[in-house]
Amino acid sequence: MAGQTSDFPAMHFPALLAAGGLIDQATFLSGVKGFLTIYYLGLAITNAVAAFLLWHHWHRPKAALVWTIVATVFGGILAPMAGSGDPYWTPRMPEAIVSFLNSWLSGQVGAIVYTIGSVVFLSVLYLGRDFFVRPMVAWTGLNLALLAMGLSMVNQNFWQVVSKGDNIPIVGLMFLLGFFTWLATYRAVINDKRIAEGLPPLEKLDDEKVLVWPDLVYTELVCMLALTAFLLVWGILIQAPLEQPASSVKTPNPSKAPWYFLGLQEMLVYFDPWMAGVVAPSLIIVGLMAIPYLDFNKKGMGYYTINERKFAYLNFQFGFLVLWVTLIVMGTVLRGPNWNFFGPFEPWDSHKVEALKNVDLSEYFWIGLLNRGLPKAPTGSGFFVELGYILLRESPGFILMGIYLFVVPPALAIGTTLFRNMYLKMGFLRYMLMTNLLLMMAILPIKMALRWSFNLKYIIHIDEWFLNF
Amino acid sequence: MGRPGILHPGNGVTSILSFPRSSAHSLRPLPMPSLGELVRNSQIWKSVFRHPAPLDRRNRIVVMLTNFFLHLHPVSVKKQGIALSYTWCMGGVTFFLFLVETVTGVLLMFYYRPTLEWAYADILALRDVASLGILRELHRWGAHAMVITVWLHMYRVFLTGSYKPPREFNWVVGVVLLLLTLLLSFTGYLLPWDQLAIWAITVGSNMARATPILGYEGPFQGVLNVDGIDMITQGSDARFGLLGARFVGEETLNRFYVLHCVAIPLAAALLIAIHFWRVRKDGGISAPL
Ligand code: HEM
Repeated sequence: MAGQTSDFPAMHFPALLAAGGLIDQATFLSGVKGFLTIYYLGLAITNAVAAFLLWHHWHRPKAALVWTIVATVFGGILAPMAGSGDPYWTPRMPEAIVSFLNSWLSGQVGAIVYTIGSVVFLSVLYLGRDFFVRPMVAWTGLNLALLAMGLSMVNQNFWQVVSKGDNIPIVGLMFLLGFFTWLATYRAVINDKRIAEGLPPLEKLDDEKVLVWPDLVYTELVCMLALTAFLLVWGILIQAPLEQPASSVKTPNPSKAPWYFLGLQEMLVYFDPWMAGVVAPSLIIVGLMAIPYLDFNKKGMGYYTINERKFAYLNFQFGFLVLWVTLIVMGTVLRGPNWNFFGPFEPWDSHKVEALKNVDLSEYFWIGLLNRGLPKAPTGSGFFVELGYILLRESPGFILMGIYLFVVPPALAIGTTLFRNMYLKMGFLRYMLMTNLLLMMAILPIKMALRWSFNLKYIIHIDEWFLNF
Repeated sequence: MGRPGILHPGNGVTSILSFPRSSAHSLRPLPMPSLGELVRNSQIWKSVFRHPAPLDRRNRIVVMLTNFFLHLHPVSVKKQGIALSYTWCMGGVTFFLFLVETVTGVLLMFYYRPTLEWAYADILALRDVASLGILRELHRWGAHAMVITVWLHMYRVFLTGSYKPPREFNWVVGVVLLLLTLLLSFTGYLLPWDQLAIWAITVGSNMARATPILGYEGPFQGVLNVDGIDMITQGSDARFGLLGARFVGEETLNRFYVLHCVAIPLAAALLIAIHFWRVRKDGGISAPL
């Protein structure tokens, strides 16, 4: 279990602090049972509060009853079971799910299943948003997610990953993003309905002016106090990680960048560093800055809406939720030694090998399709002859990329009304800039798909200039 | 703040501040003089705050204009603009975390020396010896939280279309702030000088080696050469500029320390000031037209 010795949980669980790698399950459980009991009790209290509010405030006794039952199950059954610390009684993921996830979310298949699964999951949420934003449905989803967390944390492999000090923020990020995406979508769904009926958005109803003191100043004060308390509790409960002193000879495996850059590190699987580490981040920054100058849609300012700005909305969500956030989660939870893909409950085995023979587009073209060797300049030719041969060899890639970036946009403008209207509104330069930025964003999933389906390595492969793409 | 006139009643101050409709917070009857009353009406109180306590409508307006910290805000805002369900308060929370990081960061600087000899030992001592043993925790968790809240803030600004005219430029300022927040976190990651630190920074900074033209292993690295001598070598490329050396070492620690404690925070503070100023100049928090 190389690479995981020193970063075992920083939480104050004495039984675990000393340990490295996997330990006896009973010993492990005696270390985490206190935490798990509090966790389930917390869920019970949350549901009890929800039930109380439903009954007292919103006058929905039936719903209140349902969540009272849920609270009772969490607090009266699951909490004591987890508190027993007994491997037999402690609630855990059903074995069938564990082995299912471990086989489908492992190795290269795992990367494919995870990525496509995330896209499908988010698409279903998006398409069924009228249903999923209903408070009761969303609350059920939250409870299921929290229950799954609780059941999973009994697994040592899972626990090792999520309880690492620097990974806790990612768990937090997931739940915060889930909550705020729900909130924004909830309001957007209401607004879209209202707008369809010719009513102004919700935000318009409250445009009365109020004094900043006290209305805003007090809100800010309460926020600051709550946040301070939260940070203090977090700081007291969880120690900041500190590993062995730096050593330039002992390379940890895996070596991971800080979590917020893991999406870029994941890109390294599909692209060379100049692309993943330099060009892609620059494009992200430039692309973000360009948004206000490219989105000419005047609607949808100052209120939550989806229908009034679908194109901008979907592109942003694709970039942020799919390409940025899911890749970070994947890099944190599912990438192990040698950057191999491991299921959430799978032991991180540093000897797992995944031999992959990847093939360049130029090889596919010259060798596979034309059945001849790669064009190569005769030895001793001059610079320009050399250049000519390199360009010839890589011409399939250059032509393909040329078509992708410079022919697809005009074709879209001619072929679809959506893009034609954009072209007419934006003019040539802005239109090309926007489509090129979007196409560059799309090149990541495209390259992933090509890798998975054809083992494609490089579209353009010019080792001579370190220009591999 | 050179507006002493507004401190005196009866000079017509309320008339220069127009309110579209009467506020929900109408005049409260003055309470019986109490200890609090006496304090708030004392000369000391008035010399500090320049006006009586903000208990009535008039003083609630005056406080926003005369208090240095509060004058970042307007006097009145649209109700929906400050609704938590609208803004999520995430910009404000990010700013607060920036302040928390500044304060805890300064305290950490009392203890920490950025040298190979001391860096790790000082961090260890912070945990084991220093009183207020959670200083480092507050700083580290605060930093993680700030990265998250700045993303959520951007997410909210996008989802409410608040980057649309006239707020385009403030969005651009925001993107730079996003970058600075990430760089602050990244440069700070190195300072504990443990395995986690140097390898994360090594992974991150190796990418700079591949910068087109300017990186030793980047595309077109051979372009910059004079009389056949390569200008871009391991000792002069983009990565070297970032690390101050060929690998993550003492020079890097120093460089990152200065960036982390001085250069980036100053840049961020300046941009935050511009950001806030623009929020107001662009007409306050966005609202439907
Ligand atoms: C250190 C980082 C940042 C701080 C401290 C900060 C702070 C704030 C605050 C306090 C507001 C007032 C409204 C609110 O709280 O939502 C605001 C508004 C705004 N921010 Fe930021 N911000 C930061 C980063 C960003 C980023 C990354 C973006 C976008 C890329 C951004 C774009 C905007 C825009 C466009 C507004 C006006 C929104 C409106 O009128 O509704 N800011 N910011």
